[in-house]
Amino acid sequence: MRIVARTAVWSAGLLVALAAVVVFSTTLGPAAIGPVAVVKAVLNGLALPTSVAFGANPAPVGALSLPIPAVEIGWTRPFSFAVPDRHETIVRAIRLPRIALGAVVGFALAAAGTVMQGFFKNPMADPSIVGVSSGAAVGAVATIAFPLAVPFGLQTAAFAGALVAAGAVYAIATENGRTPVATLLLAGVAIQTFLGAVISYLLLHADQGLNEAVVWLMGHLTRASWDDVAVTTPIALVLFAVLLAYARDLNVLLLGETDAASLGIAVERTKRLLLAAASVITAAAVAVAGVIGFVGLIVPHMMRLVVGPDHRILLPTSALAGAAFLVLADTAARVGPAEVPVGIVTAAVGAPFFLLLLARREVHEL
Amino acid sequence: MIDVDSLSVTLGGVDVLDSLDLRVERGEFLGLVGPNGAGKTTLVEAINGVQAPDRGTVRLDGDPIEGLSSRAVSRRVATVPQDTHVGFSFRAEQIVEMGRTPHRSRLDWSDQEDPVERALERTQTATLRDRTVDGLSGGERQRVLLARALAQETPALLLDEPTASLDINHQLRVLGLVGESVADGKAAVAAIHDLDLAARFCDRLALLSEGRIRVSGKPAAVLDDPAVETAFDAETVVTRDSATGAPSVSALEGRPDLDRRVHVAGGGEPAAAAVRSAWAAGATPSVGPAPEGGVAARLAEALGIEVVTAPPFEPVSERAVAEAVEAAEAAEAVLAPGGPGCAPVVERLENARVERTVESTVEGRAD
Repeated sequence: MRIVARTAVWSAGLLVALAAVVVFSTTLGPAAIGPVAVVKAVLNGLALPTSVAFGANPAPVGALSLPIPAVEIGWTRPFSFAVPDRHETIVRAIRLPRIALGAVVGFALAAAGTVMQGFFKNPMADPSIVGVSSGAAVGAVATIAFPLAVPFGLQTAAFAGALVAAGAVYAIATENGRTPVATLLLAGVAIQTFLGAVISYLLLHADQGLNEAVVWLMGHLTRASWDDVAVTTPIALVLFAVLLAYARDLNVLLLGETDAASLGIAVERTKRLLLAAASVITAAAVAVAGVIGFVGLIVPHMMRLVVGPDHRILLPTSALAGAAFLVLADTAARVGPAEVPVGIVTAAVGAPFFLLLLARREVHEL
Repeated sequence: MIDVDSLSVTLGGVDVLDSLDLRVERGEFLGLVGPNGAGKTTLVEAINGVQAPDRGTVRLDGDPIEGLSSRAVSRRVATVPQDTHVGFSFRAEQIVEMGRTPHRSRLDWSDQEDPVERALERTQTATLRDRTVDGLSGGERQRVLLARALAQETPALLLDEPTASLDINHQLRVLGLVGESVADGKAAVAAIHDLDLAARFCDRLALLSEGRIRVSGKPAAVLDDPAVETAFDAETVVTRDSATGAPSVSALEGRPDLDRRVHVAGGGEPAAAAVRSAWAAGATPSVGPAPEGGVAARLAEALGIEVVTAPPFEPVSERAVAEAVEAAEAAEAVLAPGGPGCAPVVERLENARVERTVESTVEGRAD
């Protein structure tokens, strides 16, 4: 039970750290709100389902009024601390959605990055290695540049673009039911280059949308809403659970595909599943937050140095550390004298840190 | 246990295995020998299901492998791979635990199990358990991978060059461990390029060459088979290792053909050395009288040359000396290296052309 205990202890510790980071970040902003008030405001917003009743809603059909059965859930707010209304609104409606979205996106990107690095046995692998981010960028920039030509919303377009790109890379790299990892990597590079050309072309013709498109490409959490959080969180959690269930298979895959097969792993099926889950979780994050680099690259490396290469502990700790890292980075992005896209912060902080690890020879291979 | 029936595998347009048949039972240790590129690794990978056959079937306990899931196969066959490079920092114990993969459900994260402990102990890797694999020597890594295969607790064990990166004591230990597992009822197949090691530890050898089993059977019989010389494209000699009694193969360098007969008088180590020198120089030696079962007599048998033997531990009989003289008179030269039985022959040949010693003419060409 040692690995289970270690994972539980580390995850609990990182959850506490994440909560602390969230509270800390919520206190920062133009209006000064203390940590106690933040916690009170959050608790005030907490609602628990306390009663379930079955009722009937009258629905007008022509001249008739038909009773439609409905479930009515009674919500109770167990806390009602005295917090100024203005502060409660700032915390719950302005700061928290952005922080929550940052946490979910960081969680998703770091989880996907961990899986991709293990999958490709390549320390430079990141969540977008199979073209997910480029595909999302094409979808998003196309929507911004030619809003009338794209029939659905920006986030849907980005999500769809991500999945189409990843699917194309997979299809190109697959032959006779086998998908060699090296071919996948090269196909990913080729597709990313091609989509880069498409993005540049779209930007040339973006006119008024240019600024918005560039901000999107840099990665941003500025327009975060609770709706974004509500859509992204379940996707991220479900896929994370799937990836975690395959953590042991991923360990065995690191021995090489031949060894993994001789240890009873259905190699191609497992690879397909890991790739699909990691791509979709990345797409869900990129669709709402744009291209935020380095989170999926350096966070897994840092955690691998701390907890070791076993994905049963590496995956959950990386995901939680990624959440905390992105919340911190976004806090820096928004509290400075002028707001900058968070992607600039993660890259500006992440790259030197990564070089430091390289210089100290702590990161040279998986 | 393992039943391979007219198996063919084509890789990149080359027929690596060609209608190959092989059976290995429980309690049997089969050594797969053959030159580089003979298809040993491919055969191992076909048996453990990594390589799908183009034609033919592999059965494990009677069930065709293509009908079994990867998991089911890995509960019947464990493999110790040839390439022992593990390029990341799992601890040795974690690697051994991965051997339990086919027996655990995906969500079973328990990591202390008796089979793992037993495997660590048997392979004497328990002391390495907390070291990372990338910090282990090649030999230590090989033993960790053997431990992983033992932890898999399968009735069949496949080993692809298990001793290639080991020094001599670890070679013996690893093959000895496999031998113990076989004695406990496992079936084992090992691709081993060292013919002597294979002959010493395996119950049966199968010579694989150009995609087929050329000859198979008891080690001594297989090594003596002319197919070995054809497969390895070398002239070979089979002797008995004087320390272990196991058959031992030596490949001989290509030697000049002198077409000259030489008789080496007497027996013992001096005569054996002279025979080796004469053989290496390209002559066709005969030897005697040499004590039966002695070093010279055994060498002569291995080289397939004429030998006059005499019962050991008693004076050389008149008849043996006469026979040796006859052989010496038929030869163009006689070497008298001075071993047991040498003097009486030399006396009889006083009038013949005797060279006192061979060392001056062919020393340095031997060995």
